[in-house]
Amino acid sequence: MLTLDTVSKTYRVGTFGGKAIEAVSHVTFDVRPGEVVSLIGESGSGKTTVGRMILRLTPVTSGAITLDGKDVSGLGGGALRGYYTHVQGVFQDPFSSYNPVFKADRVFELVRRAYLSNLSKSEWDDKVRASLEAVGLEPGDCLGKYPHQLSGGQLQRILIARALMLELRYLVADEIISMLDASTRIDVLNLLGDLKERGVGILFITHDLSLGNYISDTTLILRRGRIVEMGATEEVYGKPAHQYTQMLLTSVPHLTERWAPGAHAPVMAGEGTEAEDGDAPLIRLTDDHFAAIRGET
Amino acid sequence: MSLVVDDLRVYYRTLRGDVKALDGVSFTVADGEIMGLAGESGCGKTTLGKSLIRLEGRMKHMGGTVSLEGELLPIEDDRAMAKYRFRQVSIVPQYAMSALSPTRRVGRLIADLLEARGARFETMRPELVRRLSVVGLSEDVLERYPIELSGGMKQRVVMVLSTLLDPALLIADELTSALDVSTQKAVAELLVEFRDRGFVKSTIVITHDLSILYQMADTILVMYAGKLVEKAPADAIVESPRHPYTQLLLASLPESGVRYEEERLTGIPGRPPSLLSPPTGCRFRDRCPLAFERCEEEPPFVELEPGRHVACWKAA
Amino acid sequence: MTTTEHAIEALDPQHGVTTPVATPPRGRNETLYFALRNRKLLIGLTVVTAFLVLAIVGPWLTDAEPFEFGFPTGEPPSRAHWLGTTASGQDVFSQFVYGLRSSFIVGALGGCVAALIGMAVGFAAGYRGGVVDELLSMLTNVVLVIPTLAVLIIVAAYLTVRGLVAEALLIGLTSWPWAARAIRAQTFSLASRDFVSLARLSGSRGWQVIVREIAPNMSSYLFLTFILLFGGAILTAATLDFLGLGPSNTMSLGLMMNTAVISSALQLGMWWWFVPPGLGITAIVGGLYVMNVGLDEVFNPKLRRT
Repeated sequence: MLTLDTVSKTYRVGTFGGKAIEAVSHVTFDVRPGEVVSLIGESGSGKTTVGRMILRLTPVTSGAITLDGKDVSGLGGGALRGYYTHVQGVFQDPFSSYNPVFKADRVFELVRRAYLSNLSKSEWDDKVRASLEAVGLEPGDCLGKYPHQLSGGQLQRILIARALMLELRYLVADEIISMLDASTRIDVLNLLGDLKERGVGILFITHDLSLGNYISDTTLILRRGRIVEMGATEEVYGKPAHQYTQMLLTSVPHLTERWAPGAHAPVMAGEGTEAEDGDAPLIRLTDDHFAAIRGET
Repeated sequence: MSLVVDDLRVYYRTLRGDVKALDGVSFTVADGEIMGLAGESGCGKTTLGKSLIRLEGRMKHMGGTVSLEGELLPIEDDRAMAKYRFRQVSIVPQYAMSALSPTRRVGRLIADLLEARGARFETMRPELVRRLSVVGLSEDVLERYPIELSGGMKQRVVMVLSTLLDPALLIADELTSALDVSTQKAVAELLVEFRDRGFVKSTIVITHDLSILYQMADTILVMYAGKLVEKAPADAIVESPRHPYTQLLLASLPESGVRYEEERLTGIPGRPPSLLSPPTGCRFRDRCPLAFERCEEEPPFVELEPGRHVACWKAA
Repeated sequence: MTTTEHAIEALDPQHGVTTPVATPPRGRNETLYFALRNRKLLIGLTVVTAFLVLAIVGPWLTDAEPFEFGFPTGEPPSRAHWLGTTASGQDVFSQFVYGLRSSFIVGALGGCVAALIGMAVGFAAGYRGGVVDELLSMLTNVVLVIPTLAVLIIVAAYLTVRGLVAEALLIGLTSWPWAARAIRAQTFSLASRDFVSLARLSGSRGWQVIVREIAPNMSSYLFLTFILLFGGAILTAATLDFLGLGPSNTMSLGLMMNTAVISSALQLGMWWWFVPPGLGITAIVGGLYVMNVGLDEVFNPKLRRT
């Protein structure tokens, strides 16, 4: 199990680091094997920072991230490489994830160099083919090509194939389909569902509530670095308790019904008169649903 | 008829040949209509939006006409179009945040823009203030620097500015794509309000997001590989799409509210054809489950019922 | 970039140029294609190469040694002495070609030292950030602010033995800051790219990320930087030599000019003595800078004109 316990990230800005900005604040949740957890937040909510902290790309300011009980927040060197065999990430922009100077296959090469250099050439080739086929790609279509010769969907799938080469147990998917076309999005999303069935735990970071509803078992709503609501997806979407969640859900454009007229006046990001109840602790509403609301109304 | 587009062809000239981004499109947008222009990347919707206001870079007008309010628009002539831009045809840019120059006060920016277009700031000021209040901004916004305004406020200022001279046609190109869901809804509702109040006559909203079009547009026009595929009122497109591409596209959207355990959605296998040398006949042929021999001949974009156009032999 | 923009870019790698020429080949050959057609690059390269060839081959073309005395004094160019002789009876042509050699050696060595230090400091500061960056930036700023020439003059004055290598090292040790700054800035922007994060996630260590991911994306920039450091080193060496602070046992172009001025060559009208070295320095350094501008256009499609 991958656990975050009261994890916070503070940035120091200004001359001599005088001012502190809290990007993530006391976030606590866990991801189980075979579970898809959606981390939903708008821009500036800190969701990408959470992902980066789990991937050890950004250091944690306070709190602990543990994998099966072992604290990983301070890992370095060989232990960190070991961590990466189990925990991997895929990012938003498929074209930015590839070094433009090299061919797309190089992402496999990097893994080979660090972890699988003992394999013979034919063993390695087989492994690459198997990984590509596991994500629904034809090896002949993808190998030996430059990134700009492949589509966004193919590039993202290659990155997932790369993650699968090691002993992947948890995947951090940060907005991985938001830059893809509608007709290919769902294929990559279904691939995540596939991984989930194989026992991989997925942290699905997104701003798009419809995607969260489709794929996830658990949903966390992140606002300005704090979790304001969390629980089973049906509970959070069906009976949203926090005002922010309610506002988000009414703003989502559906294909089945129109926006209710007059419900929640249009609010632009960064404004609004929501009460600053971000400090409220998460109250247990049911076994599977928590929200940061002040008492019972 | 407010906007009439007839057999418009716009290609990109590249060293490898012409990219036929827009290959013969014809449609009309009525007075007061909000038309959504939907499609995936490479379908030509952005090219169409740009052609209506400014051909840039390697875009070349290869044929066809555009008329607005009965008057032919000289889209192939950059200079001649200048007098139509901002007055009859206006565009709301994506990323409003960066559209406002950070070194000048908002009022001065607006004044400069108006003077450049031959309008007087002092005469427009009362109307400008009135419109700012419609979108919930007070007059002192004009005295502020862009950096003092929030993202949402800047978005609203830009929208007011783009529509200040009551254009007959407003083009919103991917206006909502980079926005948070709450801001997205606010912007969509503002566009509808501008139309309701008569600030703009016709609006074309370009996006890949069918669900937001369903919420705000009167009609939706779907494009694929440089051609028009289907046009119908928003309700009709979403509830009973006729073209296979539209049907498959809608079936792949999670906005329909299903969950993975209940029903697995599927995408459309394959990729759009190369626009350098597009195939003859229907361009969706290779990926269409309903394709048959007739599809080797390109289906015309015909009106099946009043207000419903489809380009498909099977649908007709 | 949107997917459509990527697609157009893939079809047309040099879109941005207004007048299309014949269809260029793709990939790496594309750079070569443009390189061979860029006038600035060709002119600069020709000039520099011409002098380089002269520097290599020249000493074989003459029997005289640069410091050899005994020739008729103050003679204008003749068949025996192609560039004439100095006021004390030395062969100017011999001095010139040996001087060119020293210039190129100092340029290459000094440029290399400066490039290596600049890259080490720039990459480390840009990639690691934080405290490392602050310390290295402080170091860079201190060395940048030190009046290089003054320091070189003082150090050179104290050194008893002044050789070519020592001069090159001194120049290299003081001319790296601007390169470090520039490399640091580029590294900063590249380090935040996703492919760097991916390399880290693939178990690559810091130096591996810098060498394998970041540097290849900056290769043209690094090349340009080296050329500027090379030219700058030649110029600084010529200045030092002219002031009499260069190597005393090796002939150099600056030393030629130094001796010429001391011997009042200008007043005596001995143009063949001071014009060649001056012209040589100007031509080489100027040629390098012109090459640099041309190369920038080759590497950066947006600057290309035809």
